[in-house]
Amino acid sequence: MAEKLIFEISREGKRSFTMPCWEDCSKIDLDEKHLRKEKIGLAEVSEPEIVRHYVNMSTLNHHVDKGFYPLGSCTMKYNPKINEYMAALDGFTQIHPYQPEETIQGVLKIYHDLADMLCKISGFSKVSLQPVAGAHGEWTGLKVIRAYHESKGNPRKKIIIPDTAHGTNPASIVMAGYDVVELKSNSKGLVDIDDLEAKFDEDTAAFMITNPNTIGLFEQNVKKIAEIVHSKGGLLYMDGANFNALLGIVRPADLGFDVMHYNLHKTFSTPHGGGGPGAGPIGVVEELEKFLPVPDVAEKDGKFHLDYDKPESIGKVHSFYGNFLVIVRAYVYMKILGSDGLHNVSENAIINANYVKKMLEDTFDLPYKQNCMHEVVFSGENLSKFGIKTLDIAKRLLDFGIHAPTIYFPLLVHEAMMIEPTETESKDTLDRFISVMKQIAEEAKNDPDILKNAPTTTPVRRLDEVLAVKNLNVRYLQK
Amino acid sequence: MEFPKEFLFTEDHEYAKIDGDIAVIGVSEYAQEQLGDITYVELPQTGTKFSKGDSLGVIEAVKAASDIYSPVSGEIIEVNSDLEGNPELINSDCYGKGWIVKLRLSNKEELSGLMNSEDYKSHVE
Repeated sequence: MAEKLIFEISREGKRSFTMPCWEDCSKIDLDEKHLRKEKIGLAEVSEPEIVRHYVNMSTLNHHVDKGFYPLGSCTMKYNPKINEYMAALDGFTQIHPYQPEETIQGVLKIYHDLADMLCKISGFSKVSLQPVAGAHGEWTGLKVIRAYHESKGNPRKKIIIPDTAHGTNPASIVMAGYDVVELKSNSKGLVDIDDLEAKFDEDTAAFMITNPNTIGLFEQNVKKIAEIVHSKGGLLYMDGANFNALLGIVRPADLGFDVMHYNLHKTFSTPHGGGGPGAGPIGVVEELEKFLPVPDVAEKDGKFHLDYDKPESIGKVHSFYGNFLVIVRAYVYMKILGSDGLHNVSENAIINANYVKKMLEDTFDLPYKQNCMHEVVFSGENLSKFGIKTLDIAKRLLDFGIHAPTIYFPLLVHEAMMIEPTETESKDTLDRFISVMKQIAEEAKNDPDILKNAPTTTPVRRLDEVLAVKNLNVRYLQK
Repeated sequence: MEFPKEFLFTEDHEYAKIDGDIAVIGVSEYAQEQLGDITYVELPQTGTKFSKGDSLGVIEAVKAASDIYSPVSGEIIEVNSDLEGNPELINSDCYGKGWIVKLRLSNKEELSGLMNSEDYKSHVE
C-alpha cells in the first residue's frame, strides 16, 4: 500500500492535542457506571502525522478537483467553491434544529425558496426537501404513490420499470412493498409502447422511467406513455437522475409525470455523497401534495414555520428536515445561474456529450446512433478481437489521470462504456480525452498487453474484485 | 465456445438438459462469459413451482446481478448446493458442475419453444 493505515502509524502515548486542566481534574465525580471499561481503540498519533496522513490519502484518490471524471449516469460535475463558502457561513452552521422558528427565519426561507425553484423548473406543484439521497427520494416517491392508491381503496401490487433502469429502482420498488415487472426496450433503446400497453393493468401502481433514459436517449413518447398509465388509474414516476439534460428545456410535469425525485448532487452541484450527506427531494402534482412527508415549510403573513398539519402525510422520512447544508449549496447554485444559466447548463451538457460521440464514433462501436442527450454509450466490442475488454480500456484510462467512464451499464449494451462529460468541461479537456481514447484503441491493436497490464501509474494496480465481494473484510482491529 | 448438442437454450441464455421429465437448468457458456466472475448464486427452495419465464434465482457477478429465468414450467426437485460455497463453478464448468437446479417438467410441450444448440449458436453470433 502506498500509505499506511492510521492504526499502523499509531504509537502508544502519542497525542495531537491535550486539554489543560483549568481546575483539579481528579475532582470530577462520575458514577462508576458511566466510566469506560475498555480502551477506546483510537489511533494515537501526533498532529503533523495525522495531517500528513489524510493529505497524502486525498492525493491518492481521483476526484473532480484533480481530473476529468466522465462517469456516465453519475453526472460528476464540478462543484463551484462558492457553494462551500456559503454553506460554511456561521448563520447556517451555528444553528440547532430545536431553535425557535422566529430565530431561523432565513434558514426556513432557503428551504421554502429552493422548493419553489425546484417546482418552477420541473412544473410540479409541490416539493419536499426531506429525503437525503436519490434512492431515498425514490422510496419516498413510491410511498406517496402507495398512499395515493390506498386512499382510492387499493394499493395495487406491482410497478413496471424498463430494462435500462438504474439498479436502485427495483430495490426501491421492493422496499415500498411492490413487485417489479421489467419491460424490454425496443430496437431504438426506448420504451416499447405496445408492450407497456399489454403489461400495464389495474394491478399496476406505476410506471417508473428515467428521462433521458440510461442510454442517454430522450424518451420521445412520454405523452403516449402517460395516457396509457393514467387510463388504467396508474401514476407515472420520473427518476430525475438525468435531469441535468432538461433544465429550462422540458418540464417533466408538462409531459404527464406525477412524481419525480431530484438528485441535487447530479443536477445542482452539491457534492456526491459516497455515504455522506446528500439530498434527493421529490416533486409531485397537486393531487399528491397531501401525501408528502411532514414537516413542510409554510409561509403565513410573511413568516415561515414548520407545518406538521397534514393528516394524510406518509409521515417523516428523516430526522428533522433533511440535510440542510446540502440544500444551501443547491440554492446558491440555482440563484447564481438563474433560469438562463440553468438552461445553458443543460445545453452545454448535451453539446459536450454529442461532441464526444461524434469524435469517437469511428473508434468504438456505437449501438444507438441517434443524437444523444447528456451522455453517450459506446461498446468496446470492436476491440474484443484483440482480446481486449471494456474493463481493460477503463483501467488504461487511469494511467492518463482520467477517471474511467461507467462500464458494463446499461446491461443491454455488451461491453458498455457510458460517457458523461458534463457541462463543466472545456473543449480542451474533451479533446485530450478523445485523443487518449483513440490512443488506447491503437494500443489495443498494436500492443494489447499494455491494456491488460494497466494501470501501472496508480497507487494500487488491479484489485481482486472477486475476493473483495466474497470475503469483504474492512476491519483492521480484529477482536 | 461450446454449444453442446444435447442441450436446449433460451434467448436469455439459460439452458435445459432434458432427461425424461426432468430438466437440468443452468446458464450457457456465453452467459457466464458475459457475466464475468460470479460471486453469488441465489437458489430457490426445493418444492417451489415456477412457470416458464419466472425468475427462479439470481446470479451476482462482479459486474452486475442477473435474474435466472426458468426455461420451462415445473417444480424444483433439487438445487446445486455446491454453488453456495463455490459460485465460480458456473464460470469454470457451466454445463457440468455448474448446473443450477433440477426441475420436474409440468408441460413438456414447452420444449418445442426452446432453441437447439445450432439455433442458439447463431442467436449468440
